[in-house]
Amino acid sequence: MPEQPSGSAIAIRQVSKVFGSGSDAVTALAQVDIDIRANEFFTLLGPSGCGKTTLLRLIAGFDYPTTGEIRLYGDDIAQLPPYRRPINTVFQNYALFPHMTVAQNIGFGLEMLGRPKAEIAARIDEMLRLVRMEELKNRRTSQISGGQQQRVALARALAPQPKVLLLDEPLSALDYKLRKEMQLELKRLQHETGITFIFVTHDQEEALTMSDRIAVMSKGRVLQIGTAHDIYDKPAERFVANFIGETNFLDAEVTGVDAATATVRVKGTTLQAGLPEGFRPAGKATVVIRPEHAELEAGGADRGTLGGLGGVITNVVFFGTDTHYYIALDGGGDFMVRRQNSRGTAAFASGDRVGLRIDPGAARVLRD
Amino acid sequence: MSAPPPASPRERQADRSAARRNRWLAGPAVTIVALFGIVPLLIVLVYSFLAPAPYGGVQWKFSTDAYLNFLFQRDIFSDALEFSPAFLLIYLRSFVFAVITTLICLALGFPTAYFMATRPPEQRNWWVLLITIPFWSNLLVRTLAIMFIIRDEGLINMALMGLGLIDKPITMLYTNFAIVLGLFYSFLPFMVLPLYSSLEKLDFRLVEAAHDLYATRRQVLWRIVIPMSAPGIVAGCLLVFIPALGAYVTPLILGGGTHLMIGDLIAQQFGSGRNWPLGSAQALILMAAVLVALWVYVRNAAKGGKHG
Repeated sequence: MPEQPSGSAIAIRQVSKVFGSGSDAVTALAQVDIDIRANEFFTLLGPSGCGKTTLLRLIAGFDYPTTGEIRLYGDDIAQLPPYRRPINTVFQNYALFPHMTVAQNIGFGLEMLGRPKAEIAARIDEMLRLVRMEELKNRRTSQISGGQQQRVALARALAPQPKVLLLDEPLSALDYKLRKEMQLELKRLQHETGITFIFVTHDQEEALTMSDRIAVMSKGRVLQIGTAHDIYDKPAERFVANFIGETNFLDAEVTGVDAATATVRVKGTTLQAGLPEGFRPAGKATVVIRPEHAELEAGGADRGTLGGLGGVITNVVFFGTDTHYYIALDGGGDFMVRRQNSRGTAAFASGDRVGLRIDPGAARVLRD
Repeated sequence: MSAPPPASPRERQADRSAARRNRWLAGPAVTIVALFGIVPLLIVLVYSFLAPAPYGGVQWKFSTDAYLNFLFQRDIFSDALEFSPAFLLIYLRSFVFAVITTLICLALGFPTAYFMATRPPEQRNWWVLLITIPFWSNLLVRTLAIMFIIRDEGLINMALMGLGLIDKPITMLYTNFAIVLGLFYSFLPFMVLPLYSSLEKLDFRLVEAAHDLYATRRQVLWRIVIPMSAPGIVAGCLLVFIPALGAYVTPLILGGGTHLMIGDLIAQQFGSGRNWPLGSAQALILMAAVLVALWVYVRNAAKGGKHG
């Protein structure tokens, strides 16, 4: 039965969603299980069409799951209409009511809940202060900028003090600078209000910088749930490793397995590689190593001291804070190394022969 | 899925100024309206201040009798003016009929238009086509069809008697009911089409947003859907009310000539009444009444829209 029901704000149990029927049926979500803790900034991350927005719509109540339960602090809400759920949404295009002022928009939810006028007025002012929009109170929503509309949408969704706030790619319509600013703003609001945020995005950088925990989704399934560090450092599947950050994939032979690590041979070199939870590989496997977890060493002829991996630099790309080195490995395959451009580090050039030193514990076996 | 940035006012200005150079685009329409709209109207205005000729037509002699006769009657013996509300009552009745027709069209047309606007896009044009089917046949033919359905030996009465629900036919033809039914039937598409065009543009994400903010279906209707389709409601009501007020064929056939509306009254003055100046005056009074009603209505509608 549900693990720590008091700790889960939202518990999604075996939720599936199928659109259409018969031969036209499309499975948007397949047996999804997620526990979202109270006061957490939780992100659903995945490419478009992965089912993240469908899941958000099921939580909001705009659609109903084909099977499964959605529990809000223990109560199954999966079949309730949206207006009976203490959950509010910030929409991708804000969906502000154009025939109302900023203040009327923010007060709408409380008005529908039948709260006293004085309370609504006080709450509108409080919300306007929270999102720093006091001076635009009586403007029409068509008379304010995109960033300001974003703030009004946030204030409108927060005003009724929902138990959970859903955010459907709310920053995607903003330009880069404003987006950065709003990322910090969202973190601040989440911290100040203590409301559980469920954030949907396809932007892995946004997910990594903002979230307490992330669920990576693909093709209607949840592939991995964990903190930003977990997801980045310990990807369990190829899709996760590929979608988040850049990474190197290497073919390996598993020679030994113990509790949490495996001994693998990669191109004649023996490495210790971490394992995804509950996974016991055997035979062939794929190993990932992040580009910043390998160091270049000049020469590379002496394989014994360098972990045995080496090759020739084929391309060098300068990125300002760091430089990317593309290496053709001895025995086939490519490898990319990212090095910070700090003073004193030796520079390498295209055509140089280099050895690779892999950081201990950096290699991971994938479940695939 | 991000919306394209709205065109800046400057861009839109540019689009328009390019089109503005084609100043003759409205030329043909303006010419037709001037020739066949404004000129006859001026003739009517002049005729209304002349005296009637005995066998129709006018005598070129200034007279305000037409306007006096609208409200008063000259006593045959004493030649004194007496207040006679006969015409005024017909005007009032027409006004009431037109208002009732507009309200029924709105009440039944709004759900229809909402239904159409919420169909999948590829189905919507078929629904629009269905709504316009009545226009494919002549108004007179359609009105006669109603007559055959509602008369004492008509479809409805025969069916009800056949089922044993009634013993003798319910009289529907030549009643006020028949007139309003005919007006409603004739003008319903003029209500549905502007409502549909307004509702089709409604962003249904706003409906979702309102539900998300605890609005029930009823609250969404009154607070979001209706205020946002106000332009369609205003247009639909005008398109039904104005022609309904001046309707001629429908009350003539379904009212049986005993339940007069303004249109029939005016036609009578030019026909059997042989009083062209009186008919002209009545037509102008109708026009003035419509203009006043319009002015009041649009002013209130604009105010209502602002308060949302």
